[in-house]
Amino acid sequence: MRLEPRPASSVAASILWPAGAILATVVFSSLLVMIAGASPLTVFWLVIKGAAGSQFAALETLTRATPLIFTGLAVAVAFRAKLWNIGAEAQLYLGAVMTVVIGTGAVTLPSAGLIPLIMIAAMLTGALALLGPAVLKTKFGVDEVVTTLLLNFIVLLFVSMLLEGPLKDPTGLGWPQSKRVIAEAQLPRLIKGKRLHFGFILAIVSAIVVWVIMKKTTLGYEMRAVGHNAEAARFAGIPVNRVIVKTALLSGGLAALAGFSEVAGLKGNLTLDLSPGYGYTGIVVAMLAMLNPLGVIAAAIFVAGIFVGADAMSRSANVPSYIAEVMVATSLLTMVAAIMLMRYRVRWR
Amino acid sequence: MDANNGPEAETVLRLTGITKRFGPLVANDAISLTLKRGEVIALLGENGAGKTTLMNILFGHYTADEGDIEVFGRTLPPGDPHAALAAGIGMVHQHFTLADQMTVLENIVLGTRPLWSFNLGKSAAREKIRRLAADYGLEVDPDRMITELSVGERQRVEILKALYREARILILDEPTAVLTPMETEALFATLAKLVAAGLSVIFISHKLGEVQSVSDRVVVLRGGKLAGERRTSEATRRELAELMVGGQLPVNEIGPASPGDCLFELKGVSTRSMGGAALKQISMQLRGGEITGLAGISGNGQAALAALISGTLEAIEGDILVHGEKVERWSPGAALERGLGRIPEDRHATGMIGDMSVAENVISEAYRSPRFSRFGFLDWKAAAAFANDIIKAYDVKCPSPEARVRLLSGGNMQKLILGRALDGDPDIILASQPTRGLDVGAVAYVHARLIEARDRGAAVLLISEDLDEIQTLSDRILVIHRGQLSKPSLRGELSVMELGELMAGHGHDEGASHAA
Repeated sequence: MRLEPRPASSVAASILWPAGAILATVVFSSLLVMIAGASPLTVFWLVIKGAAGSQFAALETLTRATPLIFTGLAVAVAFRAKLWNIGAEAQLYLGAVMTVVIGTGAVTLPSAGLIPLIMIAAMLTGALALLGPAVLKTKFGVDEVVTTLLLNFIVLLFVSMLLEGPLKDPTGLGWPQSKRVIAEAQLPRLIKGKRLHFGFILAIVSAIVVWVIMKKTTLGYEMRAVGHNAEAARFAGIPVNRVIVKTALLSGGLAALAGFSEVAGLKGNLTLDLSPGYGYTGIVVAMLAMLNPLGVIAAAIFVAGIFVGADAMSRSANVPSYIAEVMVATSLLTMVAAIMLMRYRVRWR
Repeated sequence: MDANNGPEAETVLRLTGITKRFGPLVANDAISLTLKRGEVIALLGENGAGKTTLMNILFGHYTADEGDIEVFGRTLPPGDPHAALAAGIGMVHQHFTLADQMTVLENIVLGTRPLWSFNLGKSAAREKIRRLAADYGLEVDPDRMITELSVGERQRVEILKALYREARILILDEPTAVLTPMETEALFATLAKLVAAGLSVIFISHKLGEVQSVSDRVVVLRGGKLAGERRTSEATRRELAELMVGGQLPVNEIGPASPGDCLFELKGVSTRSMGGAALKQISMQLRGGEITGLAGISGNGQAALAALISGTLEAIEGDILVHGEKVERWSPGAALERGLGRIPEDRHATGMIGDMSVAENVISEAYRSPRFSRFGFLDWKAAAAFANDIIKAYDVKCPSPEARVRLLSGGNMQKLILGRALDGDPDIILASQPTRGLDVGAVAYVHARLIEARDRGAAVLLISEDLDEIQTLSDRILVIHRGQLSKPSLRGELSVMELGELMAGHGHDEGASHAA
């Protein structure tokens, strides 16, 4: 078996292959659903209803999509420059830590000043978390997959230490959780009484900003050039190492915003279950979006919808909600395969 | 060499109506040819003419859409790489397929017997190799490691490998590209012996001189079709060239040089290795209005020199002087700032970013200038306009500035690189293997642009492994061997054989590094 590059991928192919990937995911999940003893059609209907069938469901999906847009963008930016940032989870938690460090009363300012201050501080923290791996990569050629992945565990233990120590809420009845952020540090809800918050707007704006950076600026150009062919970029005088460091700062900052927005917009405080793996799911989101920043919005909503819908479905159809994770994981695999088949033709023999 | 290939000689290989399509592209269009016992045919054609596809079909790497292959009267099953080997066809690739950390003997025997019996019969194998080597003038010690061998010796191992497997038909793909003139002579002598022993040879080349001296018959391919077939003795060089190109040959006139000041100088520069030899305290001067040619066998430090001048390889000692001024920090950016135009050796790996568009590629050396960006925002209109200028001025065949560079042919890619490198009329130009893999038309075009640059006063360094190219274009010639330079010679001062001696390392001993 051999792969031959295709001369050019047509518009039709770039729609049909991803569509095929989704279809393959549906077929595969159907098999699992049938094994679980339910009818696939009912289950998928319940998933769709659970994700978008009511105002409550739709808002919940968008709420869940918010951190995924941030982590998806973080991954998309980094992967575009072939910086394999697997550490969005760590950067997310560090952003959240900085949010509670500043936002629980250490600084008192009106919202218009405090929120931007926290955002910038959170982004810097996340950026610094990725700076180390980026410098190790550019100076010594240390594989950033390893360093960023392992940093996730280090940071999670570090956060756990903070929550048992300096950041522990004295009124928290001994639970490992931080104090709640003050009112001025909270992001407003978009609709009164509903969970969807201003973080969603920030996420959409971030996606547009990232899209502009990638498309229109010299930095985006440099990042794409380095990602596609670092040797040629270097030959042309593009400062490859500096571009990698800048990419790391941007990526880490975006991931940290996910942590900021979850704490300041939704949860109000920091706990160890702030993120059910949003950093890792961001990789799926970015790949489904084929690294396109605007595509990240759609991909994040899609993935969030599967999770939210599967939760609702499992309550009524008696199929474990794990099916959501299987579907998301399968969609990643089929999408990666589809992207490859879009670019290459398989020759047997 | 036509000892026994009269019309009555046995046909050993017959290709009938071979057609292969890749999408809309017809790579081979109904090609038929026959090879007789004891015959050498040259397969002549430019890049993209279909030579490689045809050989890949013969070797079962591709399956032909139409047509048959018959070897020694038996039809070869399509798409089976083992069938061709078993039928007695051996191939010597342009890029050798030897395991470096094994001995000659191990490389030759590898794959002919199961691994568990590898050590059995080693002495018999050694004996057979010795005999083959002696019979055909392929002297090489069976017990040496491949890493210790010269390029010419490695090629002999490749040929021995084919002979050891009882190949009766030998295909050589551009075999002289990596050889010195002396090694080429030796190869031709070997071929003569093989043919006398009844083997048949297909010799793939685009060099007319060689084709004429080695073959009995020439088969010319052009654009996937059989353009013509001639008995070598009855064909003129011009006729073959025109068959290959399909029209009149463009001719470049090169007038006398009027050398000016030294614009670029290296003083005692050493580098680390770039795969080939490292540079050892070399000194050279490039003068305006002059093309300096650097000849040498592949791997003798050309890559390091090109990378050094391009700014991608640091000097570990010595000085770089541009316009007489010593440069403190040298990098690709510094080179561009000081007005160097650089044409890299490898278009795909270094020259262009295949997955980006033509417009994105042509601005890669200048995107930060006010011409293409303001406040960090790129002016895509200006980039597209610049791309269109280059497309027009250099006659690049491409659908639009938005087209992916990956989809362009090598010649068109090279034209884009030329356009980018020569934009703003740089007065120092590094051209590293600028015509490798290009067709005759594109070669003439690249040469014309380099001559033009010289005539307006630029200092041009031409690094090439093609001695013809060096001799045609260079006003002064340097020869590089194991990272050191010979004394410069003027145009026409040294013969091919004398240059060959220098390329092989003779005369490099005294004062070798103080060229210019």
